[in-house]
Amino acid sequence: MGEILTNLFSGAIPLDAYIAVSLVMFFAGIYGFMSRKSLLMVLISIELILNATDVNFVVFNRYLYPEHFEGFFFALFTIAVSACETAVAIAIVINIYRNLNNVNVDSLDKLSEPEEQEKLPENQQTPN
Amino acid sequence: MAEHIIFYILSAIIVVFSIMAVTSKRLIRSATYLLFVLLAIAGWYLILDYEYLFAVQTAVYAGGIMVLFIFAILLTQKPGEKVPVEPMSQRIWAIVLSLAGVLFCGTIIYQNITRVYKLSQHFEIDTHLLGKTLMGTDKFQYLLPFEAISVLLLACIVGAIMIARKRS
Repeated sequence: MGEILTNLFSGAIPLDAYIAVSLVMFFAGIYGFMSRKSLLMVLISIELILNATDVNFVVFNRYLYPEHFEGFFFALFTIAVSACETAVAIAIVINIYRNLNNVNVDSLDKLSEPEEQEKLPENQQTPN
Repeated sequence: MAEHIIFYILSAIIVVFSIMAVTSKRLIRSATYLLFVLLAIAGWYLILDYEYLFAVQTAVYAGGIMVLFIFAILLTQKPGEKVPVEPMSQRIWAIVLSLAGVLFCGTIIYQNITRVYKLSQHFEIDTHLLGKTLMGTDKFQYLLPFEAISVLLLACIVGAIMIARKRS
Protein backbone atom coordinates (compact mmCIF):
# COMPACT_ATOMS: atom_id res chain seq x y z
CA MET A 1 0.00 0.00 0.00
CA GLY A 2 2.76 2.42 0.94
CA GLU A 3 4.66 1.61 -2.23
CA ILE A 4 1.63 2.30 -4.37
CA LEU A 5 1.14 5.63 -2.63
CA THR A 6 4.76 6.69 -3.06
CA ASN A 7 4.64 5.60 -6.71
CA LEU A 8 1.49 7.65 -7.18
CA PHE A 9 3.08 10.81 -5.86
CA SER A 10 6.63 10.60 -7.18
CA GLY A 11 8.20 11.16 -10.57
CA ALA A 12 6.40 12.58 -13.56
CA ILE A 13 2.67 12.08 -14.01
CA PRO A 14 2.41 8.96 -16.21
CA LEU A 15 1.23 9.34 -19.78
CA ASP A 16 -1.36 6.60 -19.40
CA ALA A 17 -3.14 8.47 -16.60
CA TYR A 18 -4.06 11.24 -19.04
CA ILE A 19 -5.03 8.73 -21.71
CA ALA A 20 -7.19 6.69 -19.34
CA VAL A 21 -9.14 9.72 -18.10
CA SER A 22 -9.67 11.03 -21.62
CA LEU A 23 -10.81 7.53 -22.63
CA VAL A 24 -13.57 7.61 -19.99
CA MET A 25 -14.53 11.10 -21.13
CA PHE A 26 -14.65 10.02 -24.79
CA PHE A 27 -16.95 7.10 -24.11
CA ALA A 28 -19.16 9.17 -21.81
CA GLY A 29 -19.60 11.38 -24.88
CA ILE A 30 -20.33 8.35 -27.07
CA TYR A 31 -22.95 7.16 -24.57
CA GLY A 32 -24.64 10.56 -24.49
CA PHE A 33 -24.51 10.83 -28.26
CA MET A 34 -26.28 7.52 -28.72
CA SER A 35 -28.77 7.57 -25.86
CA ARG A 36 -30.05 11.12 -25.40
CA LYS A 37 -32.93 12.46 -27.47
CA SER A 38 -32.47 16.21 -27.12
CA LEU A 39 -30.36 17.81 -29.84
CA LEU A 40 -28.61 20.02 -27.28
CA MET A 41 -27.57 16.96 -25.28
CA VAL A 42 -26.16 15.47 -28.48
CA LEU A 43 -24.14 18.66 -29.00
CA ILE A 44 -22.83 18.56 -25.43
CA SER A 45 -21.72 14.97 -26.02
CA ILE A 46 -19.92 16.01 -29.20
CA GLU A 47 -18.06 18.66 -27.21
CA LEU A 48 -16.95 16.01 -24.72
CA ILE A 49 -15.68 13.77 -27.54
CA LEU A 50 -13.77 16.60 -29.21
CA ASN A 51 -12.16 17.63 -25.94
CA ALA A 52 -11.04 14.08 -25.19
CA THR A 53 -9.30 13.87 -28.58
CA ASP A 54 -7.71 17.30 -28.03
CA VAL A 55 -6.25 16.08 -24.75
CA ASN A 56 -4.76 13.06 -26.51
CA PHE A 57 -3.07 15.19 -29.16
CA VAL A 58 -1.62 17.57 -26.59
CA VAL A 59 -0.46 14.88 -24.17
CA PHE A 60 1.28 12.81 -26.82
CA ASN A 61 2.95 15.91 -28.18
CA ARG A 62 4.12 17.02 -24.74
CA TYR A 63 5.45 13.64 -23.62
CA LEU A 64 6.94 12.17 -26.79
CA TYR A 65 7.98 15.18 -28.89
CA PRO A 66 8.23 18.17 -26.53
CA GLU A 67 10.45 20.05 -28.99
CA HIS A 68 7.81 19.98 -31.74
CA PHE A 69 4.40 21.64 -31.89
CA GLU A 70 2.31 19.38 -34.14
CA GLY A 71 -0.14 18.15 -31.51
CA PHE A 72 -0.30 21.58 -29.92
CA PHE A 73 -1.39 23.26 -33.14
CA PHE A 74 -3.70 20.43 -34.07
CA ALA A 75 -5.49 20.93 -30.74
CA LEU A 76 -5.55 24.68 -31.34
CA PHE A 77 -7.14 24.32 -34.77
CA THR A 78 -9.56 21.68 -33.49
CA ILE A 79 -10.78 24.12 -30.85
CA ALA A 80 -11.40 26.73 -33.57
CA VAL A 81 -13.21 24.26 -35.83
CA SER A 82 -15.38 23.00 -32.98
CA ALA A 83 -16.30 26.58 -32.12
CA CYS A 84 -17.50 27.04 -35.74
CA GLU A 85 -19.35 23.73 -35.65
CA THR A 86 -21.13 24.62 -32.41
CA ALA A 87 -22.18 28.04 -33.69
CA VAL A 88 -23.73 26.62 -36.88
CA ALA A 89 -25.30 23.69 -35.01
CA ILE A 90 -26.92 25.97 -32.46
CA ALA A 91 -28.26 28.17 -35.26
CA ILE A 92 -29.80 25.04 -36.79
CA VAL A 93 -31.22 23.98 -33.40
CA ILE A 94 -32.88 27.36 -32.91
CA ASN A 95 -34.30 27.21 -36.42
CA ILE A 96 -35.69 23.72 -35.74
CA TYR A 97 -37.24 24.96 -32.50
CA ARG A 98 -38.95 27.75 -34.43
CA ASN A 99 -40.48 25.23 -36.84
CA LEU A 100 -41.33 22.30 -34.57
CA ASN A 101 -41.49 23.84 -31.04
CA ASN A 102 -39.17 21.17 -29.68
CA VAL A 103 -35.62 19.96 -30.31
CA ASN A 104 -36.24 16.25 -30.08
CA VAL A 105 -34.23 14.02 -32.38
CA ASP A 106 -37.26 11.82 -33.05
CA SER A 107 -39.35 14.66 -34.44
CA LEU A 108 -36.71 15.77 -36.94
CA ASP A 109 -38.19 13.75 -39.80
CA LYS A 110 -41.20 16.09 -39.71
CA LEU A 111 -38.87 18.75 -41.14
CA SER A 112 -38.75 16.92 -44.47
CA GLU A 113 -42.53 17.07 -44.95
CA PRO A 114 -43.31 20.77 -44.63
CA GLU A 115 -46.43 22.65 -45.66
CA GLU A 116 -45.17 23.03 -49.23
CA GLN A 117 -46.36 19.53 -50.04
CA GLU A 118 -49.85 20.45 -48.98
CA LYS A 119 -49.63 23.68 -50.87
CA LEU A 120 -48.45 21.97 -54.04
CA PRO A 121 -51.89 20.79 -55.17
CA GLU A 122 -53.23 24.32 -54.57
CA ASN A 123 -50.42 25.76 -56.65
CA GLN A 124 -51.24 23.33 -59.40
CA GLN A 125 -54.88 24.17 -59.14
CA THR A 126 -54.44 27.92 -59.24
CA PRO A 127 -53.46 28.11 -62.91
CA ASN A 128 -56.64 26.21 -63.69
CA MET B 1 3.86 16.31 -5.24
CA ALA B 2 1.51 19.28 -5.46
CA GLU B 3 1.34 18.70 -9.21
CA HIS B 4 0.21 15.13 -8.60
CA ILE B 5 -2.51 16.10 -6.14
CA ILE B 6 -3.84 18.75 -8.52
CA PHE B 7 -3.72 16.26 -11.37
CA TYR B 8 -5.74 13.66 -9.44
CA ILE B 9 -8.31 16.23 -8.34
CA LEU B 10 -8.73 17.45 -11.92
CA SER B 11 -8.99 13.87 -13.21
CA ALA B 12 -11.70 13.06 -10.67
CA ILE B 13 -13.57 16.21 -11.71
CA ILE B 14 -13.33 15.25 -15.38
CA VAL B 15 -14.51 11.67 -14.90
CA VAL B 16 -17.38 12.45 -12.52
CA PHE B 17 -18.70 15.52 -14.29
CA SER B 18 -18.40 14.15 -17.82
CA ILE B 19 -20.56 11.20 -16.79
CA MET B 20 -22.99 13.48 -14.94
CA ALA B 21 -23.16 15.80 -17.97
CA VAL B 22 -24.52 13.08 -20.24
CA THR B 23 -26.90 11.56 -17.67
CA SER B 24 -28.41 14.69 -16.10
CA LYS B 25 -32.14 15.32 -16.48
CA ARG B 26 -31.95 19.09 -16.77
CA LEU B 27 -30.17 20.59 -19.75
CA ILE B 28 -28.92 23.65 -17.92
CA ARG B 29 -27.29 21.41 -15.32
CA SER B 30 -25.55 19.31 -17.90
CA ALA B 31 -24.26 22.48 -19.56
CA THR B 32 -22.84 23.50 -16.17
CA TYR B 33 -21.20 20.11 -15.69
CA LEU B 34 -19.72 20.43 -19.19
CA LEU B 35 -18.29 23.79 -18.14
CA PHE B 36 -16.58 22.14 -15.15
CA VAL B 37 -15.09 19.48 -17.43
CA LEU B 38 -13.78 22.10 -19.86
CA LEU B 39 -12.19 24.12 -17.05
CA ALA B 40 -10.57 21.00 -15.59
CA ILE B 41 -9.08 20.23 -19.00
CA ALA B 42 -7.77 23.78 -19.14
CA GLY B 43 -6.09 22.99 -15.80
CA TRP B 44 -4.51 19.92 -17.39
CA TYR B 45 -3.04 22.06 -20.13
CA LEU B 46 -1.53 24.24 -17.41
CA ILE B 47 0.03 21.18 -15.75
CA LEU B 48 1.47 20.22 -19.15
CA ASP B 49 3.13 23.67 -19.41
CA TYR B 50 1.02 24.75 -22.39
CA GLU B 51 -0.10 28.13 -21.08
CA TYR B 52 -1.29 29.38 -24.46
CA LEU B 53 -3.57 26.37 -24.91
CA PHE B 54 -4.92 26.98 -21.39
CA ALA B 55 -5.82 30.53 -22.39
CA VAL B 56 -7.43 29.41 -25.64
CA GLN B 57 -9.40 26.64 -23.95
CA THR B 58 -10.68 28.99 -21.26
CA ALA B 59 -11.55 31.82 -23.63
CA VAL B 60 -13.03 29.88 -26.54
CA TYR B 61 -14.66 26.93 -24.78
CA ALA B 62 -15.51 28.12 -21.30
CA GLY B 63 -16.21 31.65 -22.55
CA GLY B 64 -17.63 31.45 -26.05
CA ILE B 65 -19.13 28.03 -26.55
CA MET B 66 -20.71 27.82 -23.11
CA VAL B 67 -22.45 31.17 -23.64
CA LEU B 68 -23.81 29.82 -26.93
CA PHE B 69 -25.02 26.67 -25.20
CA ILE B 70 -26.70 28.52 -22.36
CA PHE B 71 -28.43 30.90 -24.76
CA ALA B 72 -29.65 27.99 -26.87
CA ILE B 73 -30.93 26.12 -23.81
CA LEU B 74 -32.76 29.16 -22.47
CA LEU B 75 -34.26 29.88 -25.90
CA THR B 76 -35.52 26.37 -26.55
CA GLN B 77 -36.44 25.13 -23.08
CA LYS B 78 -38.99 26.32 -20.56
CA PRO B 79 -37.32 27.18 -17.24
CA GLY B 80 -37.10 24.21 -14.90
CA GLU B 81 -38.34 21.80 -17.53
CA LYS B 82 -36.91 18.31 -17.26
CA VAL B 83 -35.78 16.29 -20.24
CA PRO B 84 -36.95 12.78 -19.39
CA VAL B 85 -34.28 10.13 -19.44
CA GLU B 86 -35.01 7.52 -22.08
CA PRO B 87 -36.31 4.11 -20.98
CA MET B 88 -33.76 1.48 -20.13
CA SER B 89 -34.58 -0.63 -23.19
CA GLN B 90 -33.39 2.18 -25.45
CA ARG B 91 -30.32 3.02 -23.40
CA ILE B 92 -29.06 -0.52 -22.97
CA TRP B 93 -27.27 -0.65 -26.33
CA ALA B 94 -25.57 2.67 -25.71
CA ILE B 95 -24.40 1.49 -22.28
CA VAL B 96 -23.17 -1.85 -23.62
CA LEU B 97 -21.36 -0.28 -26.55
CA SER B 98 -19.63 2.40 -24.45
CA LEU B 99 -18.55 -0.10 -21.80
CA ALA B 100 -17.25 -2.43 -24.50
CA GLY B 101 -15.35 0.48 -26.06
CA VAL B 102 -13.83 1.46 -22.71
CA LEU B 103 -12.74 -2.11 -22.06
CA PHE B 104 -11.34 -2.59 -25.58
CA CYS B 105 -9.36 0.66 -25.68
CA GLY B 106 -8.38 0.31 -22.02
CA THR B 107 -6.85 -3.10 -22.70
CA ILE B 108 -4.92 -1.77 -25.67
CA ILE B 109 -3.63 1.19 -23.66
CA TYR B 110 -2.74 -0.97 -20.65
CA GLN B 111 -0.72 -3.39 -22.75
CA ASN B 112 1.04 -0.91 -25.00
CA ILE B 113 1.53 2.30 -23.10
CA THR B 114 4.81 1.34 -21.43
CA ARG B 115 6.44 1.27 -24.85
CA VAL B 116 5.87 4.95 -25.46
CA TYR B 117 6.27 6.22 -21.95
CA LYS B 118 8.99 8.79 -21.58
CA LEU B 119 9.70 11.12 -18.70
CA SER B 120 8.80 14.70 -19.36
CA GLN B 121 11.22 17.39 -18.42
CA HIS B 122 10.04 20.68 -17.09
CA PHE B 123 10.47 23.21 -19.81
CA GLU B 124 9.33 26.66 -20.89
CA ILE B 125 7.72 27.29 -24.24
CA ASP B 126 9.09 30.40 -25.81
CA THR B 127 6.15 32.57 -26.84
CA HIS B 128 8.30 34.09 -29.56
CA LEU B 129 8.87 30.63 -31.05
CA LEU B 130 5.15 29.89 -30.76
CA GLY B 131 4.25 33.01 -32.73
CA LYS B 132 6.89 32.25 -35.35
CA THR B 133 5.50 28.72 -35.71
CA LEU B 134 1.92 29.93 -36.03
CA MET B 135 2.70 32.63 -38.57
CA GLY B 136 5.60 31.20 -40.57
CA THR B 137 5.53 29.62 -44.01
CA ASP B 138 8.49 27.26 -43.65
CA LYS B 139 8.39 23.55 -42.90
CA PHE B 140 6.53 22.78 -39.63
CA GLN B 141 4.98 26.25 -39.63
CA TYR B 142 1.30 26.90 -39.78
CA LEU B 143 0.29 30.02 -41.71
CA LEU B 144 -1.84 28.14 -44.26
CA PRO B 145 -4.07 26.33 -41.70
CA PHE B 146 -4.36 29.62 -39.83
CA GLU B 147 -5.72 31.35 -42.95
CA ALA B 148 -7.99 28.40 -43.71
CA ILE B 149 -9.43 28.67 -40.19
CA SER B 150 -10.06 32.38 -40.71
CA VAL B 151 -12.00 31.66 -43.93
CA LEU B 152 -13.89 28.89 -42.12
CA LEU B 153 -14.85 31.29 -39.33
CA LEU B 154 -16.15 33.79 -41.89
CA ALA B 155 -18.16 31.09 -43.68
CA CYS B 156 -19.55 29.89 -40.38
CA ILE B 157 -20.65 33.39 -39.36
CA VAL B 158 -22.44 33.86 -42.69
CA GLY B 159 -23.96 30.38 -42.48
CA ALA B 160 -25.19 30.81 -38.92
CA ILE B 161 -26.84 34.13 -39.77
CA MET B 162 -28.42 32.68 -42.90
CA ILE B 163 -29.84 29.71 -41.00
CA ALA B 164 -31.03 31.43 -37.84
CA ARG B 165 -32.58 34.60 -39.27
CA LYS B 166 -36.34 34.89 -39.42
CA ARG B 167 -37.76 34.42 -42.87
CA SER B 168 -40.04 37.31 -43.72
